[in-house]
Amino acid sequence: MTQLALVIDLNVCVGCHACVTSCKEWNTSGWAGPMVDHRPYDPDPTGTFFNRVQMFEVGQYPNTETVHFPKSCLHCEEPPCVPVCPTGASYKRKDNGVVLVDYDKCIGCKYCSWACPYGVRELDEQQKVMKKCTLCIDRITDQSLPEKERRPACVLACPTNARLFGDVHDPDSEVSVTIRENGGYQLMPEWGTQPANHYLPRRKTRIQIFDDELERADNPLKKEAPLPAAEGETLDDVAY
Amino acid sequence: MHPAFSVIFLTTLIGAGQGLFMALVTGQVYSLANLLDPQDSVTFYATGSVLALVLLGLGLVAAVFHLGKPSYFLTRAWRGITQWRTSWLSRELLALPAFMLMVALYAGTHYFGFTQPWLVVKGQLPIDATLVLGTLGVLLAVVLFVCTAMIYASLRFLQEWHTALTVANFILFGLASGFTLAAAFSAWSGVALVGFYGVWAVIFTVLAAITRGWSMYRNARIKHKSTLQTAIGIRHTKIRQKSMGFMGGSFNTREFFHGASVTTVRAVRLFFILMVFLVPIVMLAASNALESAYLPMLAFVAQYVGLMAERWYFFAEARHPQNLYYQSVA
Repeated sequence: MTQLALVIDLNVCVGCHACVTSCKEWNTSGWAGPMVDHRPYDPDPTGTFFNRVQMFEVGQYPNTETVHFPKSCLHCEEPPCVPVCPTGASYKRKDNGVVLVDYDKCIGCKYCSWACPYGVRELDEQQKVMKKCTLCIDRITDQSLPEKERRPACVLACPTNARLFGDVHDPDSEVSVTIRENGGYQLMPEWGTQPANHYLPRRKTRIQIFDDELERADNPLKKEAPLPAAEGETLDDVAY
Repeated sequence: MHPAFSVIFLTTLIGAGQGLFMALVTGQVYSLANLLDPQDSVTFYATGSVLALVLLGLGLVAAVFHLGKPSYFLTRAWRGITQWRTSWLSRELLALPAFMLMVALYAGTHYFGFTQPWLVVKGQLPIDATLVLGTLGVLLAVVLFVCTAMIYASLRFLQEWHTALTVANFILFGLASGFTLAAAFSAWSGVALVGFYGVWAVIFTVLAAITRGWSMYRNARIKHKSTLQTAIGIRHTKIRQKSMGFMGGSFNTREFFHGASVTTVRAVRLFFILMVFLVPIVMLAASNALESAYLPMLAFVAQYVGLMAERWYFFAEARHPQNLYYQSVA
């Protein structure tokens, strides 16, 4: 069985919001659209978004880090939003595990949004139906697109390649290997929702270099001092 | 959570309607056992059932305004009964019309006098259509109470609601307001059942005070499973949100925050404790002593207004884990 998902690398995300805007651009004019904006030029603009980038400050000044946190539907393997829907408008696709809303069946009762602990469903103010990330279902399943473009708009837009897309059930896929090797984790694991989307943690990359590794002991370019050969074999001679 | 007035009206109105119907059938059963005088079919049982039906109908109207667009009621709401296998909301949408139908049939059989016994058990207990329909109606009323309450109690993320106390509260509040209304209805129609219904109303109100007090005690000490650490998966004791990703509001900031000050929430709590529990009990006791016909009616009005405040507080006290992601406007 296939479970398509995103893997978001918090170590790489720079918080540029390119995924947010490209998501809105693609989806507002696509299958899931429109994603309506209300009062866009007034003091309190509001609108429907499938994807947000939030910022968190971790630590105490001056030892702080800013974590940019992209947030969208996690396409849970046990989606709590689906069984509560009274009309069957919310569903999880059997073939690829994407959680979707049928806008023609949704009655806008908002119950699914109550049942989602992550707050990733938004009621569209104009259509009055529940909307959410579709993982660009109209893109990833479009056989007329070249294969490398059959990926969500946010993934294609990310300038730092912080977003990976693939099948997390295939143990050899890029996303599965990344989750496995780079400590991929799920959000709010305490609820047993088994989110398909994973996040990769912040990590520090440090290499330790000792002084003797920077300077070869019997460097022939060292003219000023006598060659160490006079003092017997060095480690470099033995290794050779 | 943001208290939605459609849901506040829906749950309080149908709760009182269910309670009133259960009170009427209780009266009928008691009179069958010769514990109470039998009442007139048309002026008491039929009229009372119609009153219950009006409350249920008003609740349904309120529910229509909970839909995205009221027009969805005509075009799409029929689909709401299809997912009864998994959704408590779907089950409620089945149970409410079924119960209303049963109340209507009960009212109809009483109104048209279909009260000839079908059979008499041991020569003493006459079983007629109204008794059968009334019993089925009471069962459906309980089913509807459970469905309504489980809509909230089944959401495990909302830990304030995810308890059996939620179900107990919905049932006892419905019974309390329904029996108070039955006392008021008896007083209004000059039936000598004010004391009977009044006593039961006080009993249910006291029981509701116990379970609601218990749930408020529980919720004041609740330890939420989700924290900012589990929400974003960063293992650090000090995390603060600097930006939720937008400056204006969104559905997430409107639907899950009540937006009222701590003082307002406390005032609402004090108000509903007075109006749901203390005022009706005092009024019902006084009406018994003074034999006043108006005090039971005032007691119901007070309790109903209090229950609306209680339902508002019920929403306001529930803290949704998604709020962890929406702490800072920037």
